[in-house]
Parts: sequence; structure tokens; C-alpha cells
Amino acid sequence: MPTFVYMTRCDGCGYCVDICPSDIMHIDKKYRRAYNIEPDMCWECYSCVKACPTHAIDVRGYADFVPLGHGVRVHRDEEEGIISWRITFRGGRVKDLVAPITTKPWGQFIPDLKREAPPSKEMRESQLLYNEPKYIRLDDGDLYTLKSQGLKMKAGVYY
Amino acid sequence: MFTNPFAGLTEIMPAITPGIMQAFVVLMALLVVVGTILDTLHKKSAEWFYEYTDKMSERATRPLGSNEKMNLAIQTVASEVLTSSEFHNPKRRIAHLLKMYGFVIFALSSAVLIFFYSGEKSAGFWAFLWRLGAIMLAVGSWWFFTKLRVNVQSEGDPWYTIDMPRDMFIVSLMGVSTFGLLWCISQNIIGSAFLAGLFFVLFVLSAILLFGGVYWSKFAHMFFKPFAAYQKRVFMADGSREKLPPFYKRSEVLQESTMDLVRDIPANQKMGLCIRKDDPSHY
Repeated sequence: MPTFVYMTRCDGCGYCVDICPSDIMHIDKKYRRAYNIEPDMCWECYSCVKACPTHAIDVRGYADFVPLGHGVRVHRDEEEGIISWRITFRGGRVKDLVAPITTKPWGQFIPDLKREAPPSKEMRESQLLYNEPKYIRLDDGDLYTLKSQGLKMKAGVYY
Repeated sequence: MFTNPFAGLTEIMPAITPGIMQAFVVLMALLVVVGTILDTLHKKSAEWFYEYTDKMSERATRPLGSNEKMNLAIQTVASEVLTSSEFHNPKRRIAHLLKMYGFVIFALSSAVLIFFYSGEKSAGFWAFLWRLGAIMLAVGSWWFFTKLRVNVQSEGDPWYTIDMPRDMFIVSLMGVSTFGLLWCISQNIIGSAFLAGLFFVLFVLSAILLFGGVYWSKFAHMFFKPFAAYQKRVFMADGSREKLPPFYKRSEVLQESTMDLVRDIPANQKMGLCIRKDDPSHY
């Protein structure tokens, strides 16, 4: 499911080129518009789709349901701090989703690591990385485990 | 004050009569029409536009009246066409405006000078407009060629790299404007018939490359880009939205959200720019 560019929507700004982790979004030298130079190498991370300010990039679906008109499109509004999705199913049903952008305001909340206490002997000998629980959860609580949440591992696939 | 450059041409090159100049302009206009039709057929762009419009119209949630469509067309002209608002990069936008308005003024004033002021040295305001259009076109196209082209700005190619036919459009724009100005200066200020003749020949060759190369260059974009911009506005207005989600405001969705994370964000908290904080300049 590689990305592709609607050439009539792209203005050649280059945000997708900057953000692509595979470096496969390039600007065409004649039309000055972006295109995916190597669709086979695209892992559908949606970074370019979200970064595109003109919604010019889409992701091509699998061949069996593309003709039936599915769609997974996104609008990422940085100022509002929300990201919204519209999932269009094969039968035409539409599902809208809205979620916060969980990154914090740019340039804030930079960890001041030099003021942190050095790791204790116990921390050094544990399986966790330094400060891992704290910086993953952003609080001082304990790790969530199956036991602490009253869950049990079951065989098979469950949704 | 400003003289008609086409009137002085007959003195240097007697063979080039006003009739020949007028025939040349008509030929160039025909080449643009033929080139655009061939380009449209080759790229199947018209076919794509109609198919895409049909596909999206099935998803429209409300019909648009003719007044509303006219309003959208006016907005498209006022925004995308007249101010090139689609460009997010301000340098490219300014360069594009210089090239666009320069080309329109230059082409229009050339046609007026050739058809309505043939043989008249004094052409009043139109002779001034011809020079203004040529200067604007030259500044915009040289700026784009030397600084803003993607392979020059970002891939480290030297500014004089010419990759044909990819650069055919910009090179021909530079040629028409620069050689036009040099021909005018040689003829009216320096008074050298040889230089004037040389630059005029290069000017004509550039014009043939520009108008005759529509099929191979990106010349035709000036016809389909406004239509694409209008089409996008129509899709947003009729509810089909090109399958895009609504553009929510956070205040609209905060209270209704089932996610603690959304509700916890203060309503007046501005998140600041993230991806768009830096201009894309690393590619």
C-alpha cells in the first residue's frame, strides 16, 4: 500500500521529502511536484500523508478493495493540536475519528537530565533502562503488568 | 518616452514587415492551442478530471446551486489564480507571481504593439508595459532558475545546470524576457544593428521554444491548475471532501470526547507548530 501524490493538489513544498523516513519522497524536476520514487520501499507509516499541508498524498489500498472505493484520509492540525481521520469503508460507510496530537508544545518539557539523581544500585541491576518507567508514563507510578491489571494471558487472538 | 521596439525592427531587418510579425503571433497562438490539446490527450488529464469529478459527486452530501458555484469560481480566481495562494513557500510564491504577471503583461503588450501600433514608434503606455513585463519575467525566471529549482536548491547541482526537456519551460521564459530586453537596449540605446539583430534572432528562437514546446514542457499547467483549484473548492463545499475528515476546532470536540487525554487539555492551550515549525529545506 504505497503512498502516491495527487499532482493537481501538490504545491511542491517539500514537507513530505523532509519527513519521509525511507527518503523515497522526492520532488520531480520538471513538474516541481512530489512523488514516491520507490513504492516498494514504502512501509505506509503515513508520515508524509500527515505532514502534507495540501492533503495531496494518499495511500493506495490493496487491489481487492480499491475498486470499491475505500479511503483512509487524515487531517493533522498542529495549531489545534488534534488529528482527525475519515475511514471510508468498501460499502460506503464512513467513520470519523478525532484524537489529540500527543506531542507537547514544541521546545517545552525538555528533560533536565543533569539535575536528575544518578541511578541507584537497584536500578542499575534491573531490566529497565534508566528512568524508563518515569519517562514512558510521565508519572511516578509503577509499571502496568497483566497481574496489576487483573489480566491473564490467553492462547489465540482476541479483539 | 518609451518607443515601440517592433516599429524600429523594420529599419534593421526590412524583411520583417508588420504582416510577418502578426502572422508569427497567430502561429504561436495556434502552437499553444495544438500543444495544449496534445498534452491533454497524452496525459489524459481531462479524462482524469471528469472521472474524478464523477467519483466524488457520488459522495456529495448536498447539491451546489449555480450562485454558489459562481462564488467558488470567484474565490478561486481571487485566491489561487491572482495571488498563487497554493504555494506554501513564500519565495516560490513571489517568484511565481513575478513570472505569471510578467508573462501576461509581456505577451499582451507584445500582441497590442504588433497588431495596433505596427509601424508607430510612439506606443505610449503599452511600450512601457512591454518593458515592465519583460523585467518582471526576467527577474522571476532567473531567480527561480539560479536559486529555487529543486536540484539547485536541495541537491547541490550548480546553478547553470540545464536538464532538457525538464528545464525547457523556465529556460525559454528566461530567453524570451532576457533576449527581448537586450534586443530593445541594443536597438534603442546602444544603436548597434548587429547586436540588435543577434538578440532579436535569439528572442524569436526562445519564443518558438516556449510556444512550440508546450507538449514537452509544463506550459499547459496554466490552463489546468485553475480548474484543479476550483474543483477542490467544489469538493469541499458539496460535502464529498475528497474523503477527507471535517476540519474540527478543538473547542468543538473537547467536551464530547470520551478520551481523558483530550478533556484534560485546556481549551485555550495552543500546541504550537511541530512539523511546520521548520521550513522544509533538508531534502
